[in-house]
Amino acid sequence: MTSSRLETPPPDHNPSATSRIATPIENTSNSGDFKSAGVSNATEAETLALAQTGDHYAFAQLYSLHKRRIYSLCLRMVGNVAEAEDLTQEAFLQLHRKIATFRGDSAFSTWLHRLAINVVLMRLRRKGLSLISLDEAMEPAPEERPGRSFGAPDLNLTGSIDRLALERAIANLPAGYRLIFVLHDIEGYEHNEIATMLDCSIGNSKSQLHKARLKLRDALRTYPRQEARR
Amino acid sequence: MTDTNHKMNCEEFQSQLPELIGTGERISDHPHLQSCELCSAFVAELEAIAEAARQLFPIVEPPDELWEHIEMAIQKEQNSAGQSGRPM
Ligand SMILES: [Zn+2]
Repeated sequence: MTSSRLETPPPDHNPSATSRIATPIENTSNSGDFKSAGVSNATEAETLALAQTGDHYAFAQLYSLHKRRIYSLCLRMVGNVAEAEDLTQEAFLQLHRKIATFRGDSAFSTWLHRLAINVVLMRLRRKGLSLISLDEAMEPAPEERPGRSFGAPDLNLTGSIDRLALERAIANLPAGYRLIFVLHDIEGYEHNEIATMLDCSIGNSKSQLHKARLKLRDALRTYPRQEARR
Repeated sequence: MTDTNHKMNCEEFQSQLPELIGTGERISDHPHLQSCELCSAFVAELEAIAEAARQLFPIVEPPDELWEHIEMAIQKEQNSAGQSGRPM
């Protein structure tokens, strides 16, 4: 079984070129950084096509092309390094299983992103983390009414937001809020896309996002106070 | 009730915010904000938070050994699927 290990160069390493299985990837000499050039599209398409036939080397190339975005996405969504690694692994495992089914209706990176988000969602749901109250969200609890945060630009937030406090505040958001906040405000998804992914209404997505922002604002306002109290 | 008029407008405006934020239109063009400093500041804060959050999460590199784990997992799956896992 010594040869059982898949013969794949670590991604991001230059395969000592020609001895590798012949692949039409021309610019491997440029380790993993294909993104910019115009050539890259053709190359990624070719790599993708190869990976779809089961070529493990091509799959490794895809990994090295997309690992940063996917890992970062997972990290943002769950806010935990170990879990993000685990989810990234799961996402690429799923990719390996499903890659042959990719039909090119959307950009591959978009498709992969969706896949990764689904992996994260499934994990969160399995853990029973309330994807919340996506229903409750429609009728805010009394203390969560907009009026509570009404008024008061007493923060001087603009311009000087404490990174640590914000990090903490985002980490402390309920999982569902954080998901939508990350997907919309950080990843740039539209509400209709989020609604599809999370299987909720667009109105829900909007109100969740707003509530997430209000919670962050509240948190940023209370941290300094708590500290001052000591 | 004329006194509360302004306030009512603010509350109305703020209750519409979730909807407004989602449309992609520039909220700062909203008529209410032209005349209301309170809500302007409020919206500015929310936007500042979102902007700060974007900068908070740069694209980062996963650890190198992650690929090995993925490879092993793939291998394992292929083996248990009765395939040899032999590279073509
Ligand atoms: Zn107002």
